[in-house]
Formats: sequence, C-alpha cells, structure tokens
Amino acid sequence: MLALNFLQSFCLSLPGTGITGYFKKKMALIAQQIPRWFHTIKLSSFIKAAQLIKHSVWPGKILLNGVSAQALLPSDNCFLQWGFKTFRTSSSWTSSQSAKSSRQESSSPTQSSLLPSMSEQSEKIPSFHSELPLEELDDLPSVSPLQQISEEEAIQIIAHPPLPPASFTLGDYVDHSETLQKLVHLGVDLSKIEKHPDAANLLLRLDFEKDIKQILLFLKDLGLEDNQLGTFLTKNYAIFSEDLENLKIRVAYLQSKNFSKANITQMVSNAPFLLNFSVERLDNRLGFFQQELELSVKKTRDLVVRLPRLLTGSLEPVKENLKVYRLELGFKRNEIQHMITRIPKMLTANKKKLTETFDYVHNVMSIPHHVIVKFPQVFNTRLFKVKERHLFLTYLGRAQYDPAKPNYISLDKLVSIPDEVFCKEIAKASVKDFEKFLKTL
Amino acid sequence: MGSSGVARLQGLFAVYKPPGLKWLHLRETVELQLLKGLNAGKPRAPEQRVRFLLGPVEGSEEKKLTLTATSVPTLTTHRLMRGPAFTSLKIGVGHRLDVQASGVLVLGVGHGCRLLTYMYHAHLTKDYTVRGLLGKATDDFCEDGRLVEKTIYGHVTREKLDRILAVIQGSHQKALVTYSNLDLKSQEAYEMAVQGTIRPMNKSPMLITGIRCLYFAPPEFLIEVQCMHETQQQLRKLVHEIGLELKTTAVCMQVRRTRDGLFTLDDALLRTQWNLHSIQDAIQTAAPRVAAELERNLRRQEYIADQTAKTQVREREGTHRTQQSHKTDSLNRGPKTKKDQAEKCRRGD
Repeated sequence: MLALNFLQSFCLSLPGTGITGYFKKKMALIAQQIPRWFHTIKLSSFIKAAQLIKHSVWPGKILLNGVSAQALLPSDNCFLQWGFKTFRTSSSWTSSQSAKSSRQESSSPTQSSLLPSMSEQSEKIPSFHSELPLEELDDLPSVSPLQQISEEEAIQIIAHPPLPPASFTLGDYVDHSETLQKLVHLGVDLSKIEKHPDAANLLLRLDFEKDIKQILLFLKDLGLEDNQLGTFLTKNYAIFSEDLENLKIRVAYLQSKNFSKANITQMVSNAPFLLNFSVERLDNRLGFFQQELELSVKKTRDLVVRLPRLLTGSLEPVKENLKVYRLELGFKRNEIQHMITRIPKMLTANKKKLTETFDYVHNVMSIPHHVIVKFPQVFNTRLFKVKERHLFLTYLGRAQYDPAKPNYISLDKLVSIPDEVFCKEIAKASVKDFEKFLKTL
Repeated sequence: MGSSGVARLQGLFAVYKPPGLKWLHLRETVELQLLKGLNAGKPRAPEQRVRFLLGPVEGSEEKKLTLTATSVPTLTTHRLMRGPAFTSLKIGVGHRLDVQASGVLVLGVGHGCRLLTYMYHAHLTKDYTVRGLLGKATDDFCEDGRLVEKTIYGHVTREKLDRILAVIQGSHQKALVTYSNLDLKSQEAYEMAVQGTIRPMNKSPMLITGIRCLYFAPPEFLIEVQCMHETQQQLRKLVHEIGLELKTTAVCMQVRRTRDGLFTLDDALLRTQWNLHSIQDAIQTAAPRVAAELERNLRRQEYIADQTAKTQVREREGTHRTQQSHKTDSLNRGPKTKKDQAEKCRRGD
C-alpha cells in the first residue's frame, strides 16, 4: 500500500500514461521492480572498503515543485527504516581510498530518497535520524576528538563539504555520480530531466552497470545509433523503469505484425514513448487506424512508420480532423485516404489552421477540391507563405492554377520550394522584387 | 561568441510587420529567433576544478602519502547540465500597430529599451499610406466589417478630394500650434513656425501635419498621411469622414506605416531577416542616426523648457514691478513739492 502511493505520484509524472487501466498495470510492474532497486542500493558501494560497516547515507533528496507530499508521507517511513543507516556527525567520504581505520566513514552520497521536500519534511528527517544512531553508536569504538594521531592519519582525514541533502538541480550531484556522468557523455540533457523531480530521483538511484546498461544494450540492439540515444533518453527517461522482458515482448509483437527491423528503429527514434505502451494498447491503436481510415494493412503500416506519434498521441484530435475533412471541408472518403497516405501529418494538424488555409486556397485562390487533393502539401505549409506568394503572382499576372490552361502553376511548386527558386523559376522575378513587393502588403 | 553576440545586440531596429500578425506574436517570434542564434554559438571548453587528492609523494621511495592539488574535470558547468546559456531577452516595442495594419515597427533590445522611451518623448511624426474604397460604409470602418450603407460615388473628382484634404490639413495646423504651448509672440517661436517645426511635445489628440492624395481611381484612392499621436483606427475613421465630406461613404482597405520617426521602409527587416546577424547589423547601422536625432530633440526640449521658463519669469516680473510701484507710492509720503515742504516746516515736524 505504501509502495503504491509512491508509485502513484511517480506515475503521474510519467508522460504518456493517461489511461487508468494501463496505470494499474504500470504500478504492478514497478512494484515488482522496487525490491530490485532496494537490493541494488543496499549492496552498491562506491568504496571497496575492507570492512563493510554501516554506510552512513546523507539523506539526499530532490526538491519537488508542486508535487503533493500527502501521497508520499506513508512511504517515507518505509524508506527511512530501510534506506538510512547511521548518521554520523563527521560525514567524510572518499572517492576511492581504502578505509584505514574505523573512524573513516564511507558514505554514498548519491543515494537519495524519493521524499518530498516540504520544509516541514526536511525538519522531520534529521530528527528521525538522530534517533537511529543512538542504538548503533554502541557498536563502534568511542574515539575522542582530542586524541593524538599521526601525520599520516591526519592527512587521510578528508572532510569535504557534504553534498546538499536537497537540491533543485542535478548539477550538485553530477561530479559524485558515475551514472550521471556517463549519461551526460551519452548526450542526455539532464537540465530538462531535472525539471521532473521524480525522474531526477530515479536517475540518481539507478546504478549504471546493473540497470541502465541493459536498457542501453537493448536499445542498441533495436538499431538506435549512439548519437540518437541522448535525445531518446532525454524524452523517454521512463524507459529505465520498464521491465526488459516487457520491452522485448512489445518488439516481438511489432515484428509479428510484419514491421521490419529498420521500420521499428525508425518508429522508436521518432516516437520515443512507443515501447512504453503495452501490447494491448498498441494493438488497439493499430486497429483504430485501420478501421477509421479503411486502409489496407500495408498502407496502415506505412502510415504508422512515417508518423509513429499517431500511436503514442491522443486519438481525439485525429477523430476531429477526420470529421472536419469530411463534413466541413467536403472531401470524399477516397480523397481523404489519398491525402493522408501522402501527408500523414494532416491527421494531427491544428483544426483552426486547417480551416483557414482551406478557406484561402478554395475561396480566394479559387482552387477546386480535385486539384487540392493532388497537392495536399498545401495543408502542411504556413498560411502567410501561401498568401504572400499568391499575391505576388497575382500582381505579376501569373496566378494561373487551372491545369487545363497554359502557364499553369501547380500548388506544390507554389508552397514547397524555397524563396530563391520560387522567384527565379515560377515568378520569373528577382528576390529583391519579391522583398519590395512584400513591403507594400 | 555568445557574450560578444549579446554585446552587439543593444539598441533600436525596425521590423516590417505583415498584416494579420499581432504585435505581441511578432515580438515573441523575434525573441525566439534571437535566442536561437545566441544559443547556437560554439560550446564552452570543458571546465576544471581544483581538488586536493591523496597520492604518493613524488621522488620518494617510501610509501608516504600527501595531498596534491590537481585539476579535475567537472561536469557541473556542462551545457547539458546547465541548460541553454540564454533563456530570455529584454525586447521592447515602440509605437504599436494593430492586427490588420502593417508597416514599420520599431523594436528595442537590451539597453535600447531605454532609447524607446526617449524616442517616445521626442514626439516625432509618422508617415502612413492609407488606401480607401468609395461607395461602402461599415461599422468598424474596415472592408470586412458589417455593411451599414452603400452609396454612389460618381460625382467624386480628384479636385474635390484635394480640397477636402487641404481643409483637413489647415485645421490640424492650427491645432498643432495650440497644443504646442508656445508663445508665438517670441522671436524664436516665430522662426520655428516659419520653418514648420512646431509640434506638441506632450500628450495631445491625433494631429495631422501633412496629408495628400497619391492616387485616385474611383472607387479606390490612396492618401499619404503624416501624423502624430495617432492610432490606426483613428486613421480608418479619417477615411470614413473623408467619404462623408465628399457626400458619399468610404471604407479603409489598408493602413501601412512607411516611416516611424527616423526608421523608414528601407530600414525595416522582413520576416526572412528576423535572425541574429541581420538584427545586429540593423542595430549597428541605425545607432548613429538614433543618437543624432535624440541629441537634437534633447536640445529642442531644453530650448522649449527654457522658453516656457522665460515666459513665466516675464509674467512674474511684470506683476512684481506693478506691485513694487504701489509699494513705493505708499511709502513715499514725504513732501512732493517745495510748497508741501514749506508747509511741513511751518507745522513744525
């Protein structure tokens, strides 16, 4: 129950997990993984100390902005009981020195709890800590600070300034965490991830060798290049909390639907959240597109490969856009199918911009439906571009969009070519003239 | 690269606002483009920090340990840890243009925002070309508004239009002098009036310093207006009123600003030129002209302040002199003539 509360808040921060049915499954998955994390943190140590006494852990935590602490309160205690051991007054840490005497402590400062940082909370924690050491201090030999020590031992006392227990940025911890350093070298943009406190906590707790490496190897097997890994992980940091077996099952499902390996690579790199979706959800999405658009299996596959965010995004705008095309703009079903196979982005375009563009192209430029269907790129361009170029051609007397008549200018030549080429070949004027004309609008 | 980029990005520049774009969207687009350009500079070299690390003493056979200061690379200042170097810029907008109007729009970046205030207080005139259409009247004076009236315009000729524009200019000329609060009796004010540089230097209603017809082909006509303290809607209303004076009706098709103070159409940057380098070049080119204009206006404002102070002093002196004369009369109760003096002695004072 405690774990579920924590998971709830963690899941809320994960993008792309909107559906409640899915989120329960997700919580179950993460619940399986928590013992694994606990295990990793218990055993991981940054120091090869001869004596593994108790690690004194500084309660590092990340400040949460606006995340409700109420849900996490019960989970605090469970972490505290488990995660934090002795709290020493002189918290010194060494990067790779061997522990000479029992006085030296090794702290793994990068371990942080997933506690909220309301200021009342932060006051609670030290008080909690001070109760714990009372029992455990009896085990260690009592050393007086006034005792004489040799020069060598004196040199080996390293009193670095302690890491901040709570921070709003990962920059405070990056120099002490190999995981974070390796992620930066991969190209992951940590300045974006630290804006999501749960994700930042997650990355701090994970160990590179155990958890992250497997996922990275899996992604490389999928076909993602090294330079693509950075942007992928910046967007989809939640993949570290996915189970490797589930990811493999989903890839196997896509392959069973006859998506080639290259297709899957392309889809995953364009829509990073694709593999976070369960098999059921992917199936539903693919089914929806096949039914709604009434396309053949191969065409649906091509559509989804070209625009994989259809599978990860919301379906409501797509449904609305289809209605707009059919009812408001008056395109027939086969026309819509043709346009969508050419320009899949039309399904997710902004409704207002679509209607404005169509209004100008159809009513002002007097272009009939069957000509627009041949050149759906006009829906993908900015309206001001279409307007400026059309007005320039009208001014020059070259605005001829009827294929039957001479000096015909096709819509794709109107919109899809850069300014210099347009001026030279279509308008047969110089770029300077075009600029002068623009200043008279 | 970034620091020098921002150093050259302080001052005023002009942009051509296309019709249909809100001035706020334009300002945000320009800001985004400038930030993109500034953040695209080459990344910083990896920084290092000094740590005292434990290590064996060099040149000693024993296993003695000592602390040595070494430079260790640090990732805290890495671009991926800190985010982009520039996240916002101070960009101010001068005299605004509404959505349907187009033309020269002056923007200020960084320290140039202060110059915007000075330019506002300089009260310079602006040039507009206004296109009108005879025969219609709408509720918001624009072509696409709700139609209120339709009229014939066959009787309208170029001479009638020119006559009406001359009348408008004359009435506004008088208003210019009134609102400028200058005492026309002084020599300096007279010289200014002769040169035609009298204009109000504080708040006033819309004043037209010049208006003429450039093109007349009924139902369309094009007029050029030189004005100050205007809004574009008032210019559209002016077209409507011109229509009424011509005993017909007119709506405004286009309001386009061709000059704002000293920034003309040639200085205005088009949408394709809204990037870091073009804007920096535009700022550098405009900087000396802006400085000269502000200098001139500062002197003019000081002169005017001087003038008003002088007139006030003259008035005060005038009253003081009259007061003084009364005072001396009342005090001077001594004998005015010899006869009185003799009278005084006789009385034995």
